[in-house]
Amino acid sequence: MSSSTSWVTSRNPDANNIFAIAGVVVKEMYRRKDFYVLLVLIVLITLMLGSVSFFDDDRIVRYLKDACLLLIWLSSLVIAITTAARQIPAERESRTIYPLLAKPVGRGEFVAGKFLGCWVACGIALVGFYFFFGIMSASREHTLPFLVYFQAIWLHWMCLGIVVALVLLGSVVFAAPSSNATICFIVVLGIMFAGGHLNTLALQMRGFRGEVVYALYYAIPHLEWYDVRDFIIHNWGGSGLRLVTHNIDWLVWVGASIYAALYTGMLLGCTWLVFQRRTMTL
Amino acid sequence: MNNVVEIHDLRVEYRSREFGQRSKLAVDGLNLQVHSGEVFGFLGPNGAGKTTTMNVLLGFVNATSGSASIFGVDVREPIARQRIGYLPELTYYYKFLNAQELLRFYARIFRIPRAERDQRIDTVLKLVELDGARRRLIKTYSKGMQQRVGLAQALINNPDLLILDEPTSGLDPVGRMKVREIIQRLKEQGKTVFFSSHELGEVETVCDRVAILHEGKLKVEGRVSDLLQQYQCNLENVFLNIVGYKPQS
Repeated sequence: MSSSTSWVTSRNPDANNIFAIAGVVVKEMYRRKDFYVLLVLIVLITLMLGSVSFFDDDRIVRYLKDACLLLIWLSSLVIAITTAARQIPAERESRTIYPLLAKPVGRGEFVAGKFLGCWVACGIALVGFYFFFGIMSASREHTLPFLVYFQAIWLHWMCLGIVVALVLLGSVVFAAPSSNATICFIVVLGIMFAGGHLNTLALQMRGFRGEVVYALYYAIPHLEWYDVRDFIIHNWGGSGLRLVTHNIDWLVWVGASIYAALYTGMLLGCTWLVFQRRTMTL
Repeated sequence: MNNVVEIHDLRVEYRSREFGQRSKLAVDGLNLQVHSGEVFGFLGPNGAGKTTTMNVLLGFVNATSGSASIFGVDVREPIARQRIGYLPELTYYYKFLNAQELLRFYARIFRIPRAERDQRIDTVLKLVELDGARRRLIKTYSKGMQQRVGLAQALINNPDLLILDEPTSGLDPVGRMKVREIIQRLKEQGKTVFFSSHELGEVETVCDRVAILHEGKLKVEGRVSDLLQQYQCNLENVFLNIVGYKPQS
């Protein structure tokens, strides 16, 4: 028998495969047009809004920042959900999953690689979006609160980690990527708008229904915690071209990051469990 | 003689998702050995259980009972796939990558060192005659080129065992001839090739041994030359005879 060369004789399961798979996902994102289209749209809409002067209000910059951040949040959710929703179904449809899993790649590594790729791709997109936002904001206010921006981007990114993991779980449960994307969009927006009010709602309900709503309040990942737009819009973090001291409480920031990591890990674990049981028939 | 692939009493049942439906027996008590350095043809009509058997070997499907191993390693272990190359039927590789990037990705999975990686990519791209199109996006490739880039990815780790599922499916006669030449060259290099095909003329030309599966059961296994001598006809007629085909006229 011909013997293979040394690099194929041993293998330890590690991050190599995860990084390789993630690299392909990131490459896909920057070769597709989605991100560029959304960035151009954000820039155009913000510039258009910026050129209008309402009642000579000098606080217009706050409305401008509000609109720009809203667009950034929506665009990032669109990128996260659409990118993650198509990953596994597209691999199955084009059949590329078969030569990939026929190599020494575990299914857990496959799921982790897809997650990492989508998450990093979202992070790159966020940096692009917030870079424009920073320029726009600094040109109007002549201030740049770096630390608050960093904390906001980080929390936004952690939030997208949960969203990506949720969508990946959906992609192994639901057959069609479009239905998965739609369901995830509704769930994510639902959590962001109503998730924080469920406990108040539960208090007004009696009996079993109230308990169910309470349980739901504790079970869902509270994505609304990561939306710190008000901090940025109203400069709660201080101002000036210097590192500010009045930023988001670091303890809260670390706690929110751990909370997001736990939820992401749990959702990815569920994805792996479902995917592991899937029979891959050609 | 070393056995590269060993299958013992393999049984695969697919459970029906519909309530009240019986499960489908895809493979029933299959025993098979593929020896080192041979080209082994895995034949059978559609639905015979060929692809299911390959799916078990590749770890895509778990056996209901029985066992299968590659190079002595249980196929359920990912490490069993370290020394194999697999070409699935009609795959549309990542269209946003070019051939070089695709091969670099797969090479990275096998942890081939960077210097060796580029050398290996050059070798396989020359072998499948895609050297001139290495920087073109895969979405611009013809069907034949797609199949050849598939063959290149299957060879990137210099595998000792190649599993090819209908490697010439959908190719024109020139494309088929090229794939056949590559299989012959791999055989000369001492590689073991395990492939399924419906092109029985091609199987007769390139295979040392064949196995014919029908309704999940192994009907015959042996050297091509022995079968031709035993049945006194070509492989196509041997096949038709074994699967019980009777012409209507």
